[in-house]
Amino acid sequence: MSPDVSFFVEVVVGGLLSGVMYALVAIGFVLIYKTSGVLNFAQGAMVLFAALTFVSLVERGLPVPAAFAATLAVMALVGLAVERAVLRPLVNQPPITLFMATLGVAYVIEGAAQLAWGTQVHALDLGIDDTPLEFGGVLVSRFDLVAAAIAGVLVAVLTLFFHTTRTGLAFRAVADDPLAALGIGLRLPRIWSAVWIASGVVALVAGLLWGARLGVQFSLSLVVLKALPVLVLGGFDSIAGAIVAGLIVGAAEKLAEVYLGPVIGGGIEGWFAYVAALALLLVRPAGLFGRRSVERA
Amino acid sequence: MNTPMTALPHPARFRRLSGPAGIGLLLALAYGLVPLVAGDYLLEAILTPFLALALAGLGLNLLVGYAGLLSLGSAAFMAVGAYAAFNLSLRVPGLPLPAAFLGGGLAAAAAGLVAGLPALRLRGFYLAVSTLAAQFFVAWALNRIGWLSNDSPSGVIGAPRLVLAGWSFEDARGRYAVSLVVVSLLTFAAWRLVRSPTGRDLVAIRDQETAARIVGVRVARTKLLAFALSSFVVGVAGVLWAFAYLRTVEPAGFNLDRSFQILFIVIIGGLGTLRGAFLGAGFIVVLPLVLSRLGAALLGDGFDSGTLEMVQRIVLGALIVAVLIREPAGLSALLDRLFTRLFDRPRRVPA
Repeated sequence: MSPDVSFFVEVVVGGLLSGVMYALVAIGFVLIYKTSGVLNFAQGAMVLFAALTFVSLVERGLPVPAAFAATLAVMALVGLAVERAVLRPLVNQPPITLFMATLGVAYVIEGAAQLAWGTQVHALDLGIDDTPLEFGGVLVSRFDLVAAAIAGVLVAVLTLFFHTTRTGLAFRAVADDPLAALGIGLRLPRIWSAVWIASGVVALVAGLLWGARLGVQFSLSLVVLKALPVLVLGGFDSIAGAIVAGLIVGAAEKLAEVYLGPVIGGGIEGWFAYVAALALLLVRPAGLFGRRSVERA
Repeated sequence: MNTPMTALPHPARFRRLSGPAGIGLLLALAYGLVPLVAGDYLLEAILTPFLALALAGLGLNLLVGYAGLLSLGSAAFMAVGAYAAFNLSLRVPGLPLPAAFLGGGLAAAAAGLVAGLPALRLRGFYLAVSTLAAQFFVAWALNRIGWLSNDSPSGVIGAPRLVLAGWSFEDARGRYAVSLVVVSLLTFAAWRLVRSPTGRDLVAIRDQETAARIVGVRVARTKLLAFALSSFVVGVAGVLWAFAYLRTVEPAGFNLDRSFQILFIVIIGGLGTLRGAFLGAGFIVVLPLVLSRLGAALLGDGFDSGTLEMVQRIVLGALIVAVLIREPAGLSALLDRLFTRLFDRPRRVPA
């Protein structure tokens, strides 16, 4: 391959892999949106909280597996607490009210995380060696590959769970039609609790991978802003959509950064994903996996 | 979001207070008593930002509360207003102050029109997220395009002298007066707007878009109009924020947190009510002051500013959740209930 082509491939592959990381955060949103119709803005705060808790426990001398287990428990509790204390009393309120409540929750979690563990930046080493691997002249980050593999395993587990277990079936029933689900005797509150716990766990996985990449600090909670254009493109209610949209957004963003950035002045990663997602929606109004209605509602 | 966002019950008694007499009393207080008795600190650090934020809330409320279109990019429109007014007064010598305000508003309205285009295809949260594009694009443009900030490092701009017809409004009292006049005028305009046929169209689209279309509301046009009008008001609020309150602003001051702050004001105050923006802004401005006083009183010296910021974040978040749970229709509805309880005691029926 000529150097230009292999550089192009390198950029695309790097973009696709970081797209997987975006999708990882987006999946946490999808789980909750699908089953309870809430756009959970606190997902980013949960990612931050998980990473910060894990790092702080490890720094205080806890062995990694124990710290992981403890953080897992804490995240499950946080998810459960949010559902019980905030979302349950707001059942049947309009979506905008629920969204605002999750904004409030995000503030509380962010404040609490930093009050408890401090505001300094922590390094997080997952023990994944970051020497680039070479495939036919194309360099690929080993860390990104491992992260993508972990994300893949997570999605596989979630998919298996949704399609083979009774609880998963109940999830899908609720997502499809909450009233009918209630009518056949599914206990909605229990399912909501389970879903919030699950999204806490997804936040932990995302927090560890993103934390290892960026360092564990406040800006980690801003990964939501990376996930939102992915969600607009893929649909708030589709895990497959989140992954494919994540790949598209990741690749488009990297390509724009490398080839467009020098032309218009760099630093465009803040808004490019949003504009790209909107432009794609203009071409395909139904989104990638959205229902076949012309407008997104 | 097809469900109506708010139900707006108005108990008869409160109407009387927000009627001509009540409004007259408020205006007399704001124009007469406050400038007489208030000190510089109160005027400068509390009332002026309160007025600017209330105006921003009012503008956003036209979009979110009346038209039912959720936007997360208000700070971007404030920034467009502020920077446009700055450039106008810098590059057009002798431009009168009101023209700079008007120009800032119009520039923000144009930006809002563009940012509102996705509203023709997207709804609800999809639309809300797409307004973030405006938020991040404007921040980027103000930082990268040196011309917009007259090539100042990191995009910082300073306000021009506030002079009108030979009168200077540079001191605390003058800047309060400018803010008050602008806010009164735009609040009156907004009040006329929501009672006009256009205002009814906005509410019709919010409550039942299909029905609105059937009775002849031009939905696409009205949605774009809502974005333009709302952004105009938010843009003028941005000019006030930059010219009357802070005097020097940078793009980072109009970040996502500011957008959320405006949204909090609207939601806490009460969606779809004009007074909600003022109640919400009052709450948002006073809360940090109360918290820092309270923190200093309770913990003394151990209460450093970092801790304070975290505690503020937690309390603000918790209060938002609490207000939403106790009264999803906001402080405005809470006030209604209070007045009903105070004045509408059920009369005893003689046996």
